[in-house]
Amino acid sequence: MDLKFTPEEHAFREEVRHFFRTAVPESIRRKVLEGQHLTRQEIVASQRILNEKGWAVPNWPVEWGGQTWTPVQVYLYQDEMQQAGVPAPLGFNTSMVGPVIAEFGSQAQKQRFLARAANLDDWWCQGFSEPGAGSDLASLRTKAERVGDTWVINGQKTWTTLAQHADWIFVLCRTNPTAKKQEGISFILCDMKTPGIKVRPIETIDGGHEVNEVFFDDVVVPYENLVGQENKGWDCAKFLLGNERTGIARVGTSKARLKRIRELAKLERVGDRPLIEDQKFREKLAAVEIELKALEMTQLRIVADERGRQKGKPNPASSILKLKGSVIQQATTELMLEVAGPYAMPYVASDEGDGRNEPGYGPDYAAGAAPTYFNWRKISIYGGSNEIQRNIVAKAILGF
Amino acid sequence: MDFDFSDDQRLLKDSVDRLIADRYDFEQRKKYANEPDGWSRDMWARYAELGLLGLPFPEAAGGFGGGPVETMTVMEAFGRGLVLEPYFATVTLGGGLLRHAGSERQQAALLPQVAAGELKLAFAHVERQSRYDLQDVGVTATRDGAGWLLNGEKSVVLHGDSADKLLVTARTGGSRRDPGGIGVFLVDATAGGVSRRGYPTQDGLRGAEVSFANARAEDVLGDPGGALPAVQRVADEAIAALCAEAVGGMAAMHALTVDYMKTRKQFGRAIGEFQVLQHRAVDNFVALEQARSMAMYATMMAASDDAAERRQAVSAAKVQIGRSGRHIGQEAVQLHGGIAMTMEYKVGHYFKRMTMIEMLFGDTDQHLAVVAGGGGLF
Repeated sequence: MDLKFTPEEHAFREEVRHFFRTAVPESIRRKVLEGQHLTRQEIVASQRILNEKGWAVPNWPVEWGGQTWTPVQVYLYQDEMQQAGVPAPLGFNTSMVGPVIAEFGSQAQKQRFLARAANLDDWWCQGFSEPGAGSDLASLRTKAERVGDTWVINGQKTWTTLAQHADWIFVLCRTNPTAKKQEGISFILCDMKTPGIKVRPIETIDGGHEVNEVFFDDVVVPYENLVGQENKGWDCAKFLLGNERTGIARVGTSKARLKRIRELAKLERVGDRPLIEDQKFREKLAAVEIELKALEMTQLRIVADERGRQKGKPNPASSILKLKGSVIQQATTELMLEVAGPYAMPYVASDEGDGRNEPGYGPDYAAGAAPTYFNWRKISIYGGSNEIQRNIVAKAILGF
Repeated sequence: MDFDFSDDQRLLKDSVDRLIADRYDFEQRKKYANEPDGWSRDMWARYAELGLLGLPFPEAAGGFGGGPVETMTVMEAFGRGLVLEPYFATVTLGGGLLRHAGSERQQAALLPQVAAGELKLAFAHVERQSRYDLQDVGVTATRDGAGWLLNGEKSVVLHGDSADKLLVTARTGGSRRDPGGIGVFLVDATAGGVSRRGYPTQDGLRGAEVSFANARAEDVLGDPGGALPAVQRVADEAIAALCAEAVGGMAAMHALTVDYMKTRKQFGRAIGEFQVLQHRAVDNFVALEQARSMAMYATMMAASDDAAERRQAVSAAKVQIGRSGRHIGQEAVQLHGGIAMTMEYKVGHYFKRMTMIEMLFGDTDQHLAVVAGGGGLF
């Protein structure tokens, strides 16, 4: 039992750290670390830098651009990426539709979509949630009817993240209305330019535009856009939702944020002392650090354990990563809000998420403090809310 | 990076786990508690046979050269069994002081006796005013010819009543809270001028109030005025060991609670079918896994020679253990309901031990302040 990494692992960490901090522009990384929205161009540029290096989709099969990294290497890659503020490769492409196509798709689909997804030539978005199907996703009602060699899709999706940037959408559709609810669903790919698709922005409480409603009105797509078998789309959805295991804790992101909070708390003053010397504040900071250290250890235990574990049989402890990781990320936003103090108050409109064009009203970092706090409440809601995660643990681990 | 046990560690774990499973169920524990010492001499002999009493000692001193991982393995099993014997007091604390402050001669004279189960030790350190401050020492040691005479009072000396020898912190110079001027003295527990009042602690273990009135020390460990770093080091190792014990207890308490929820029926069904209770059990599981992670972290950092880094890690772990232990303990009692309020049911005893562990070597707030005063864990 030993916390030390091997010399090879150390070298790998240095290699990824160096690359992330030199190849990806500082301007992009700074925005990520401060929780600001990136432009489409910035996200694309960053992913292409990674892809050129062969590091955009390490989790994919090797023949489609993946790496043969050990679980420890995957961990180090994610940790360094998050700590450097490098935007994660677009999850809809790299950990959702890509792996699903690689696992369930036809050879033609793989050839047509995978390389483009890795390079962000196609921007994908996720058509899962509906107004009436949130936590109970399988109750979704958007339907696809087979008409000749096509599907005709009608219905509505919601919470569709960055649909305004997307070229394609993967949609869970009901294809057999009479079957049991999980058994009549199919996983279908749609070009966003197809007539009948309409995207309506949803403004979130932070004033940002990340999510959208997507309406389907007699949208006709080729039958061959079905992934896997008809009515077996739920298998794809489950595979997709179970895919991201360790990265979801975003330990590296929280580490970087806590370091930044500590730096800023040395600069902000309370009375005649730096905020960091305020006992109450620094105990709150320490409490979050301890939770994060525990989560980092939990994550390392899982990573170490993956070496000897069968694929597809996750360590039971992995289910706590999202539960705990989400709450810790949110706690960092509360601390940042407190650091910003009165200058958390001015609202600076962002131009479609394209950076802030007006001059600021206080320290640069402060403008993002409140919006990030508001925005990150989503983390314990999306990807299976924390209550759904508890249901899963109760059933799968505790045996209720 | 590796969380696996070596083959030897696995063997150790198997044998200790088996011992506790076979010899330390709740009924057996009650019997041991009713023996004259408040613990089992027979079990003590078994620990000696298995080599547990010499586990962390150097091989040259009759030990097995085990490190923090070996101690963790034993303490976790002992936590599960709610072990009553003075293992922590004798091996972790007393043995730790001999290892870190004692000379080779002192180690060679005493550690083999400890390993053989023939010598029980206790660490007389806490005082009425000191609470958790390791450098707050009021007991005095004054030169008397070639030796030392001790005067003053020590509080809540764990297993102080059954110890054969006491390791006593006493001041040879400086004022009450000076880091310098502290020595560790070896005192025969039956020496003239030593008086002890033993009592049960809330968790069914034992403590004693010990006073010294011109009591003559047998020996002094190392520098009579420079023992604080060794005491701090032993405290850090002790905290790592307590964290492991707490994890054993929390895991057992959690498992009992989940089992109970599956069998206890109300409103015509198992109470574990109620989602509101399931989610609380899940939160206990999360608290347990976070605590386990931090106990491992403390274990792996406990042998670090960098005192500041070690202290931060150990304090962070103690905070996590304190919080998880309190949460799981209270929830285990609540989820069981009335039965957990009774002496005859096991869960309440785990709850009590967790509570006492939180009070040992610094409580949650004290360790949180240590972490808060450091430069950050990342």
